[in-house]
Amino acid sequence: MAGPRSRSLAILVWLALAGVTLGPIALAAASPYLAYRNPAYIIGGFAGIICLALMLVQPLLAAGYLPGIGSLRGRGWHRWLGYALLLGAVLHVGELFVTSPPDTLDALLLVAPTSFSVYGVIAFWCLVATALLVAVRRRIRPVLWWHLHNGLALILALATVIHALQIDGAMELFSKAVLCIAVLVASWVALFDLRVRRPLRLWRSRRMRRETRGAGPP
Amino acid sequence: MTGIAVLHQPLGLVAPAQAQGPAPTATMRGGSNNYRPNAPLVERLGRGFLVSGLVLQAGSSRPLPGVRVQIWAATTLGGEREPRNHGSVVTAADGSFRLEMEQIVPNFGQPHAHLAYDDGTFQTVFLRPVMSSPKDTSIRADFVLARA
Repeated sequence: MAGPRSRSLAILVWLALAGVTLGPIALAAASPYLAYRNPAYIIGGFAGIICLALMLVQPLLAAGYLPGIGSLRGRGWHRWLGYALLLGAVLHVGELFVTSPPDTLDALLLVAPTSFSVYGVIAFWCLVATALLVAVRRRIRPVLWWHLHNGLALILALATVIHALQIDGAMELFSKAVLCIAVLVASWVALFDLRVRRPLRLWRSRRMRRETRGAGPP
Repeated sequence: MTGIAVLHQPLGLVAPAQAQGPAPTATMRGGSNNYRPNAPLVERLGRGFLVSGLVLQAGSSRPLPGVRVQIWAATTLGGEREPRNHGSVVTAADGSFRLEMEQIVPNFGQPHAHLAYDDGTFQTVFLRPVMSSPKDTSIRADFVLARA
């Protein structure tokens, strides 16, 4: 991290992350539709947008991709942002319920006319399931826990992205699409890296060490 | 695959005659959301956006004059629960109705209107047509009503 090149790379990574996450939020804040909405609808909508943005940060923290944040600290942040995601999703649903109880109930009961509601509900229950999984972490074997956590995270990311893309609302279309693609790519890259590439590398280096020890002079 | 192809009937030969006329319009999912019964009769609710349609009787296809249609939507005035976004109109001699209102804006993810027939003579119908673009300045929805 000391060299000027790595420092400028670090700045570039943080700037890109800020642009991809804060850009859509800022553009949505400039949407003319907000003038026609009540405070509950605006808060509920932005809770959803901020959750989508946080879902880009989550895999980057888990895999330790963010420069300047150590692996341990990154996982600490990952956990706190997880709580924030849950809070955001509850706020999203709650404020939408205040805005229009029948529309929100239809969505929760899976009878809404809009197909994106189903994906929103899937994402919501994935988050709740993730929170429960975090609560019983010590009682589950680590490998099984990782698989469950990662599986839920992937469904959560995909469902949220489909939900967001199908919505005609305050978000600006291009910045929304970029954020959604980034969420999917980050999730898959982090998952592949953490669960396939790194374990494979570890396994290879261990085997190599064993072999060199075995082939060494007596 | 050939078996399935053999099972196909030539549809033109077995379709029933159209003597029954159009089937009654079914209520759409979410159509009654944020309905406020007995919206006041209005000349208009605003300017720039036109909601229009036709009311026919099921079976005979006869236009139904003097039928009240209730209309509401989220517009630039506010959400679907905003009283200024609710109004009723009555169909003309040719069964047509029209209501000018403020621009409809996307609400809960889709730009859409709500229309209701809920006066008892015919079966109640709630419609929720969706605009193809939020920039559209009109929307059309027709009712085919069946006797209650």
